[in-house]
Amino acid sequence: MIRATRLGFVAALALAGVALSSCAKEESGTRTLQLWTIGREGEAVQQLLPEFEHEHPGLHVEVQQLPLTAAHQKLLTAYAGDSTPDITQLGNTWIPEMVALGALEPLDARVKASKVVDPADYFPAIWSTNVIDGTLYGVPWYVDTRLLFYRKDLLAKAGYDHPPRDWAEWQAMMAKLAQPRGKAYGVLLPTNEFEQLLSLALQQPDPLLRDNGRYGNFQSPGFKKALAFYVSLFKDDQAPMMTNVGVGNPWAAFGQGFYAFYLSGPWNIGEFRKRLPPEQQGDWATTPLPGPDGPGASNAGGSSLVIYRASKHKDDAWALIEFLSRPAIQERFYQILGDMPPRRSSWTAPALRDDDKAAAFRDQLERVKATPPVAEWERIVTEMQLVAAQAAHGDLTIDQAAAEIDRRADRLLEKRRWMLDHGHKATP
Amino acid sequence: MNTSRAAWLFITPALIILGLFFLLPVVAALVLSVTDYDLYALADIRNLRFVALQNYWALLQRPLFWSALGHTVYFVVVGVPLSLLASLGAAMLLNSPLARFKPFFRTALFAPVVTTVVAVAVIWRYLFNTKYGLINYTLDAIGMPTVDWLGDPHWAMPTIILFAVWKNFGYNMIIFMAGLQAIPADLYEAARIDGASAWAQFRHITLPMLKPTMLMVSILTVSGYFQLFAEPYVMTEGGPLQSTTSVLYLMYEEGFKWWNLGSASAVAFILFVIMFAVTAAMLRLSKRGEPA
Repeated sequence: MIRATRLGFVAALALAGVALSSCAKEESGTRTLQLWTIGREGEAVQQLLPEFEHEHPGLHVEVQQLPLTAAHQKLLTAYAGDSTPDITQLGNTWIPEMVALGALEPLDARVKASKVVDPADYFPAIWSTNVIDGTLYGVPWYVDTRLLFYRKDLLAKAGYDHPPRDWAEWQAMMAKLAQPRGKAYGVLLPTNEFEQLLSLALQQPDPLLRDNGRYGNFQSPGFKKALAFYVSLFKDDQAPMMTNVGVGNPWAAFGQGFYAFYLSGPWNIGEFRKRLPPEQQGDWATTPLPGPDGPGASNAGGSSLVIYRASKHKDDAWALIEFLSRPAIQERFYQILGDMPPRRSSWTAPALRDDDKAAAFRDQLERVKATPPVAEWERIVTEMQLVAAQAAHGDLTIDQAAAEIDRRADRLLEKRRWMLDHGHKATP
Repeated sequence: MNTSRAAWLFITPALIILGLFFLLPVVAALVLSVTDYDLYALADIRNLRFVALQNYWALLQRPLFWSALGHTVYFVVVGVPLSLLASLGAAMLLNSPLARFKPFFRTALFAPVVTTVVAVAVIWRYLFNTKYGLINYTLDAIGMPTVDWLGDPHWAMPTIILFAVWKNFGYNMIIFMAGLQAIPADLYEAARIDGASAWAQFRHITLPMLKPTMLMVSILTVSGYFQLFAEPYVMTEGGPLQSTTSVLYLMYEEGFKWWNLGSASAVAFILFVIMFAVTAAMLRLSKRGEPA
């Protein structure tokens, strides 16, 4: 049977897990640092930690890996239950939310005094996602942006010797490649992922929220243009109407030529190298995201390392952040996992410099844009995608969809407006 | 009165436990549901506002709430009869004198009930996969058109119903078997002597004799099916296009994903009121058929 008590039980389990980890015995003379990671980063960081512990005798780092799907919930639950770790990895779009809770330690003074963390060396848009109302709360750990993976051989067959430079050219290519209609497609845009439309929307001059994040700005000409472009790809059968569950195995489908372009992130470099047969390895490449008229921006995604205000070992936590921010360590992190470093100097490492698939990301990272730093952003962008998927299905016109997204965004931002209007700080 | 004092003494421990772990949370949730408890209130309780019935009002105006309620009702209206039919059918088969290997089949049909829903749902997700799933592979092999089971908004809910019925029918089957065994065999004998057909025997003996069992099983199943959560959570995450978002799933997202506990509590109470009304109506209807 399907019981609500399950939920309570799951929540209790989550809390118990958190509680257990915090009652871990500390051996005499050693200090334990709690580091939480999300997804696969935990495994990679485990390989780097012995060196850190060797440099800092008497310090032991305990890593807890959270699954991506449960991470957000677990971090909030941990805050509610006063059992936050010392450091955690945090998706940079979640930082405003944690800052709204007042859970994070400001880091400006530590960065100023640091010999390792040099703000000028970081990609500016990525750095800026960690700054809320002029205060720095996190240090970028790795970056993540979306661009195009594409099949060079299929493009050559269609008569093109270069990747698309702007929307018009990209669309012309897809029109040729999406043949026979309904059997092959130009691009895969899973309808349940918001990152693709978000990237196209960030290429526009109009901000996505207006009046200091009080209201949605989705009826701006820029967003409507992006939405219209996105919807047209489905209308003209250039993108399949599928969720990522429906696609199943996107890598095999890419190899079979089910679609020629795939708007995705850096982790897929490793996936395609692993999953496509050797004879196909020369057939695919990456290229920066084309914009409405020339090279376009993309999203400034990625994860940062943050220190919790409740931590009792802030100096040790900062030492670990500095260690993980060293270019040499970031290079090793890249080799283990393929997570791209947020510092320009890390990119001079041979492993990254000579990788033709990574070069497009290096180029794109100079043209990324941050999303609005409001706590409600994750929810707004989720609603945006739900409405956009309805528009792609043809249930709503572009104008109707834009108005509906604004309506939902305004509803979600109601509390924020109240906080701002009554002098409560929405971001302490 | 001494006896009554003794009685109170004996039930006190149970009452305290019930009060602490059942009544108190329910009251707390009711209080929460008239506030806008959220992330900001979690950070600083001064950001909490008393909103009276606004959460309820806002919910009733949300299309997603109505569609979630629609999906849940769809699940109940289609799923419960299917589940009861499957349970009763399986119970009759197992109860028939012709059946062989009864203990084996009883265990096999009951097995899905005791396996964790998450593990089974993951396996079914593979079976239902559009491209590589065994089900579509079989359909294709016999020349039938394949279906995008979990990716098509029209098919996702029927798929989940099929899965839930398969998962849960064994539980009711066991109850029905007990009910069937309690029917005196001489009734059937008398009917056979009178020349009643198998169908007539079923209609005039089995069904009437099973009525109390049927009532209990349908109330349990209805209230269970209204609380649809785990299946969409594991198989579709409420998708595609929110076509499998149930009321409880909505509550989970509001409360645990977005931390809007005020709004989530309101969802819980609305669902409670609906379930209360439905079960009360079922009890009433069943009483109507009986001689007063």
